[in-house]
Amino acid sequence: KRTTPTFYKAFGKVGGVFSGKKLDQGSLDDLEEALYGADFGVETATEIMDEIQAAYKKDKSLRGQDAAVIGAAVLRRVLDGAEPPEDFLTGVNPDVICLIGVNGSGKTTTTAKLGWRFTDDGKGVTIGACDTFRAAANEQIKAWAERLDLDLISSHHGADSAAVAFDAWQAAKSRNREVLILDTAGRLHTKGNLMEELKKIRRVLQKNDPTAPHHSWLVVDGSIGSNSIEQARKFHESFGLTGLIITKLDGTSRGGALVGIYRELKLPIYFVGLGEQKEDLQPFSVDNYVNAIFGLGE
Amino acid sequence: MLESLTDRMTSALRNLRGVGKLSEENMADALKEVRTALLSADVHFKVARQFVEDVKAAATGQEVLKSVTPGQQIIKIINDELTKLLGEGSTALKDKKPLRIMMVGLHGAGKTTTSAKLAKRMAKNGYLPALIACDVYRPAAIDQLETLGQREEIPVYTDRDSKDVPKIGRQGLEWAKAQGRDLIIFDTAGRLQIDENLVQEIVKLKKEIQPDEILLVADSALGQEAVNVAQHFHDAVQLTGIVLTKLDGDARGGAALSMKAITNVPIKFMGTGEKIEEFDVFHPDRMAQRILGMGDVVSLVEKA
Ligand SMILES: Nc1nc2c(ncn2[C@@H]2O[C@H](COP(=O)(O)OP(=O)(O)OP(=O)(O)O)[C@@H](O)[C@H]2O)c(=O)[nH]1
Ligand SMILES: Nc1nc2c(ncn2[C@@H]2O[C@H](COP(=O)(O)OP(=O)(O)OP(=O)(O)O)[C@@H](O)[C@H]2O)c(=O)[nH]1
Ligand SMILES: [Mg+2]
Ligand SMILES: [Mg+2]
Repeated sequence: KRTTPTFYKAFGKVGGVFSGKKLDQGSLDDLEEALYGADFGVETATEIMDEIQAAYKKDKSLRGQDAAVIGAAVLRRVLDGAEPPEDFLTGVNPDVICLIGVNGSGKTTTTAKLGWRFTDDGKGVTIGACDTFRAAANEQIKAWAERLDLDLISSHHGADSAAVAFDAWQAAKSRNREVLILDTAGRLHTKGNLMEELKKIRRVLQKNDPTAPHHSWLVVDGSIGSNSIEQARKFHESFGLTGLIITKLDGTSRGGALVGIYRELKLPIYFVGLGEQKEDLQPFSVDNYVNAIFGLGE
Repeated sequence: MLESLTDRMTSALRNLRGVGKLSEENMADALKEVRTALLSADVHFKVARQFVEDVKAAATGQEVLKSVTPGQQIIKIINDELTKLLGEGSTALKDKKPLRIMMVGLHGAGKTTTSAKLAKRMAKNGYLPALIACDVYRPAAIDQLETLGQREEIPVYTDRDSKDVPKIGRQGLEWAKAQGRDLIIFDTAGRLQIDENLVQEIVKLKKEIQPDEILLVADSALGQEAVNVAQHFHDAVQLTGIVLTKLDGDARGGAALSMKAITNVPIKFMGTGEKIEEFDVFHPDRMAQRILGMGDVVSLVEKA
């Protein structure tokens, strides 16, 4: 059965700055440093610091813990609405989920994890191997499909990715699958021609089902800094995102860039990736995230 | 959106007109803007602070030159300091044959791609490269390296039946030497710097193969954790160089400054695309301009 890795372990505490000690100028500086260190970005870090400073001005006996509570409240406010609806599948068969993102962000691994997750929930899943470009991309998704016993539709290296998407949809339909997950090639958001290729995938899918893809999720590497906001903005402009998945949060990065992306685009965060194994994918929870960041709630 | 660095610097520098000497006081606003610019470029908090201190020290007491505005002068100081820091150390690899290179780094940073890029580049310089597949974890990692090798006609050593990475490394090394290969590149699996077991694996691999160069492959868009990543890998295996990848994107690349400043390991190469030839030696001046958003600053200098 599914064993979910814990969010808490994934993040740990932000140093000892949120301890029971009284605040002073030194610890306020440490606090600011911790906020920047989480990749929240200048805007959110400043907002949190301003509220903490204001509270400290009023009450010089404020402790690290109190600062954590204030910080958590700000972050919770910023992330309000970031959780997706629990039952997000549309009921259309197949519900098409398209995973896109820059090179190496974790799309293929996440495709496999999602495939396993839906299967585990009793849903029929087909995977479409739309990365026909990267060396051994086919072999990688094939290895996952075999390992997890998932239905896979793929083509040869260099094939038209949109054609694979089309075929995968047809196959999923004829097998009456509930979910079709499309893994796409990594591409930097700065490359116009590759963004056009994504649009073609959409156009071709819509020949089968004008409502597809039902979900277009950007897979973002959680250790990336402020550039992830630019990534999200550009992918959203060209492809119309409906959500995010943040990967590699099992590292020491606190994934604060998700805050920056959410601030700007208000796209729900569906899952977070916490490792390389099939079960290392967890639904995003604002409370878990905020508590983990500020070392609260345990 | 934040105001552009140009706008913010212009107003910060306004009060500098007409002063005779640069001082801590009259530069304060400008330096604050520089710090913000560095932070928005993902330079580590501590590194940004130290850098601003260094710039302050370098500039304080300097006579304001007659020929340029104080603003131009400060920007020149910042740009020079940044270029100097980024460019310290040589981009050259050790000049010896056979040359053994071990690639390490986080997941998806670009190690496998860079292994092939480097082999191809060095082949042009008269080396006979071989690639050794030491990633036994990622699905199809071996196929990926093999495919790249086939494409470029570079022999690749693989052992699909073994999970013993140090042994694969040693046998690969012997195999490559027996083939008369004099550039032997070891591609390793992506790993977190805090994953003690996997870090020990590259420590053991290093012992077996005695690499001449150990290159940390790092995504140029990394955030604040870049310093921890670089420091941990450096502590574990003593890096000899850093390769920055995905510079064809639009990340400002502050991670480069962070990693360099904290470990003092030279940045040797940069990846500028997915294609095998999209690879170059590192250019500190271009990186400095990028981190500062120098397009802005240059226009500021022109306006000033
Ligand atoms: N630690 C950790 N590693 C991950 C996670 N998700 C993916 N990875 C690893 O990151 C690397 C890249 O993952 P892929 O799934 O191949 O990424 P991708 O986006 O498909 O890459 P391209 O197709 O080349 O653009 C692999 O080594 C994965 O095992 C995660 O949540 N945690
Ligand atoms: N745009 C761009 N993509 C790159 C660059 N270097 C590597 N990539 C891409 O980044 C992705 C990951 O590259 P890999 O070489 O598989 O990375 P890795 O570090 O070996 O990954 P793991 O073995 O899973 O840890 C692939 O899609 C590469 O094509 C670069 O300089 N620019
Ligand atoms: Mg992939
Ligand atoms: Mg690899």
